[in-house]
Amino acid sequence: MLSGIPLFPEEASTLATKVDALYFFLVAVSAFFVVLIAGTILYFAIKYRRRSEDEHGASIHGAILLETVWTIIPLGIALVMFIWSADIYFQAYEPPKSNSAVNVYVLAKQWMWKFQHMDGQREINELHVPVNTEIKLIMTSQDVIHSFFVPDFRIKMDVLPGRYRTLWFQATKPGTYHLFCAEYCGAGHSRMVGQVIVMKPADYQAWIAGGVGTDTLAAAGQKVFTNLACVTCHSPDSGARGPMLSGLFDQKVRLQNGQTVVADDAYLRESIMDPGAQVVAGYQPIMPTYQGLVNEEQLLELIEYIKTLKPAPSAPTVTTPEPDGHAAAPKTPAMSSPAGAPAAHR
Amino acid sequence: MTTAVLPREDYLNTDYSLRSWLLTTDHKRICILYLVTITLFFAIGGAFAAMIRLSLATPTGSLVSDETYNKLFTMHGIIMVFFFLVPSIPATLGNFFIPIMIGAKDVAFPKLNLASWYIFTIGGCFTLWALITGGVDTGWTFYTPFSTLSSNTNVSLAALGIFIAGFASILTGLNFMVTIHRMRAPGMTWFRMPLFLWSMYATSLIMVLGTPVLAITLLLVAAERLLHLGIFDPARGGDPVLFQHLFWFYSHPAVYIMIVPSMGVVSEIIAAFSRKRVFGYEFVAFSSLAIAVFGFLVWGHHLFVAGLSVYSAMVFSLLSYVVAIPSAVKVFNWTATLYKGSISFATPMLYAFGFIWMFTIGGLTGLFLASLGLDIHLTDTYFVVAHFHYIMVGGAIMGYMGGLHYWWPKMTGRMYPEGWAKIGALTIFLGFNLTFFPQFILGYMGMPRRYHVYPPEFQTLNVLSSAGASILGIGYLIPLVYLLWSLKYGPIAGDNPWNAKGLEWQTTSPPPKHNFEETPVVTEEAYNYGGLEESHVG
Ligand code: HEC
Ligand code: HEM
Ligand SMILES: [Cu+2]
Ligand SMILES: [Cu+2]
Repeated sequence: MLSGIPLFPEEASTLATKVDALYFFLVAVSAFFVVLIAGTILYFAIKYRRRSEDEHGASIHGAILLETVWTIIPLGIALVMFIWSADIYFQAYEPPKSNSAVNVYVLAKQWMWKFQHMDGQREINELHVPVNTEIKLIMTSQDVIHSFFVPDFRIKMDVLPGRYRTLWFQATKPGTYHLFCAEYCGAGHSRMVGQVIVMKPADYQAWIAGGVGTDTLAAAGQKVFTNLACVTCHSPDSGARGPMLSGLFDQKVRLQNGQTVVADDAYLRESIMDPGAQVVAGYQPIMPTYQGLVNEEQLLELIEYIKTLKPAPSAPTVTTPEPDGHAAAPKTPAMSSPAGAPAAHR
Repeated sequence: MTTAVLPREDYLNTDYSLRSWLLTTDHKRICILYLVTITLFFAIGGAFAAMIRLSLATPTGSLVSDETYNKLFTMHGIIMVFFFLVPSIPATLGNFFIPIMIGAKDVAFPKLNLASWYIFTIGGCFTLWALITGGVDTGWTFYTPFSTLSSNTNVSLAALGIFIAGFASILTGLNFMVTIHRMRAPGMTWFRMPLFLWSMYATSLIMVLGTPVLAITLLLVAAERLLHLGIFDPARGGDPVLFQHLFWFYSHPAVYIMIVPSMGVVSEIIAAFSRKRVFGYEFVAFSSLAIAVFGFLVWGHHLFVAGLSVYSAMVFSLLSYVVAIPSAVKVFNWTATLYKGSISFATPMLYAFGFIWMFTIGGLTGLFLASLGLDIHLTDTYFVVAHFHYIMVGGAIMGYMGGLHYWWPKMTGRMYPEGWAKIGALTIFLGFNLTFFPQFILGYMGMPRRYHVYPPEFQTLNVLSSAGASILGIGYLIPLVYLLWSLKYGPIAGDNPWNAKGLEWQTTSPPPKHNFEETPVVTEEAYNYGGLEESHVG
């Protein structure tokens, strides 16, 4: 799969063909201007070459019209490039809002890629995905900045410590593709490489079912939740010291300072690592920080667990929106969140 | 030209003692001090480049360790950018010719000028010290949190060296701006100034406004390393990407510090060797200023995959296209200048043609990188490496070499051997293209930059590139040899070997200590070749 045309990367994602079309347009424009300029220079240089030592050039000052023309035309061409390329950027960086996407957590660290599938499979430097399916990668780094780069898919995104970023792609051809770290990250940077293995749906099902004996990500998260005694505050019988977390994901949360935020991955992460930063309306800022107590993997598991908590209809979160500030918007089942329940992927 | 004799007294032969050199305040001698210093730095940076290319000839990187490789490209970048390219044309040719071209005796603050050289050299020594005592491995970009949390090399020391050298840059910029404002000879109005002076003015503006931001940024990195402030550390509520904004706020404009002077030199060369006024003088002049101003608004194009919001990315992309337009305007104007000129193919002109070729390709590929959706694929690959080498090495150094040859007879009083010079220029041109053109293809194929080992399918192009680099290396050695040779054995040049216009050609070669016997009075515009026969100096 890595062969194909030797001097051109494979087009193996829905995005690749679009990026290549733009690339060829730019190559054509560039070739035109290089030939135009080099040709004109060569022509003038030969035609007007110096024939005698005391010869002078003609006295020509300039021409406003010409200056205008060669300012406006490049500007026009540049605007076409701008609109075209911005459109592709949006497509690449705004994940489609669909429920059918397969979510994978990506954890980058010096110098390896760790992948956690919802069903519990964990991989290092190898990512198995089904063909013709939207794959959403929720990525973070444990140390410095890395960058997730698959040339054959024409996708790349920096992976930042302390932040979740989402990258998506849809592979179009089964095969094995290079995965590179594209942001310099230290000694092993050029060895922080791996493979994306795109499989036919049946093969993928077989592969995902093969990961026996491991907890799903959410189940692992539940264990962490219990071990770290989150339940002492976040449970119906804890005297409502902390808000109920069920049905929280993707909902609006009212904060003490009057603002409203959406409880996405980044919010959940911050609520655990830096609880004082955004305090839920109606609660005291008593939650301790878990910075340094949970590692990035456990954090991902916790978040996945919280995502799968279905809203309890009788819980105070829904009946009285005020104390915890969760908006009274109709609670949609957890299925509607892109992550969904792990079972949804089976 | 052949019958000419050296002047009886000039800035070189007034005093030969070492002391007279080290304590000189003569802008021409300070030019020579810089010339020697940055040539040394270029040699060191070049040696690192040679080792990098040698290592990349094989995909397994068996020549050096990962750590060593990373130090090689870091030190290569730091030295070439901060200790060669940034000072190159301004501190040498600018120093020598700004006062002469405006008809002044010296720069506005001659002692400050000497101080700049000392500061620069001290900064360079700190950086060399960092290199000798273990090196640095952060890349010339010092990205956090790698540089603050992870790297255990001499980051602070190297940053200190650059910090110090930055003051040389600021002082030189200030000196030049004041000189151009205050010291012009009678009759030398702004619009009679040769375009080289406009470009030096624009460059000085960037140096004065941009360098302090770099200084502060590097200080923050050092402070974070030593005091653990947490500015860039997400675990302490800091933001690692903030560094990239600060760094590129200087470093994008800095790329114009490196190229705008070359544009000025090329304008001079093309006018002199077409014997014709530069077409659209005002447009070329103002495009330098436009670049200096707009250049400060596009730093975000280095962060398209680093976590900008899609909307701010769009703004930075649009502005990046806009900043490319003045560059295009310059290229068109140079081309139009040749029309009905009297074109000579002397060595400086060959370099000017080479410059236009490199700069056109470098600039056009800049558009690829400004294209949001395409940059996702291209950023941090060899495509970027090729792009900036086409501009900074291809373009900027072509301009520097062209200028050095154009003004060499004025600076030294002697001609270089024309045949060898043409061979050198051609070797550099071919070697350069062979080195860097394959890297565009490599980049689109997906080879990331700063990779010590790489998948075997990238080897063919890498071998081509390394082969080109050895040709390029020879190309740079040729001028080094014959220029040194010409100091003693070159034919005496005479005051105006090119029959060019401009005040610098009105004085002797080499010029006397105070440049002119009496202050010249300017009565006509620059590049007044055509028809009018009256002389430049009244
Ligand atoms: C000492 C009691 C306490 C413990 C223990 C505790 N929390 Fe909290 N938590 C709170 C309180 C109070 C709030 C609401 C105030 C705030 O936002 O800081 C909260 C808020 C949250 C929120 C945001 C909820 C919302 O409605 O927006 C999340 C998510 C959360 N906690 C997760 C956890 C996890 C996971 C753990 C275990 C690792 C944990 N908490 C342990 C008290 C606690
Ligand atoms: C013609 C207008 C130009 C445009 C539109 C342009 C565009 C760009 C863009 C978008 C990038 C970021 C690439 C990336 O990281 O993905 C870039 C990188 C770079 N450009 Fe340009 N550029 C132009 C001119 C120049 C000039 C004149 C120079 C130098 C003299 C230059 C030197 C560089 C350097 C050094 C880098 C890479 C720095 C690094 O990451 O180490 N560019 N350019
Ligand atoms: Cu890396
Ligand atoms: Cu830039």
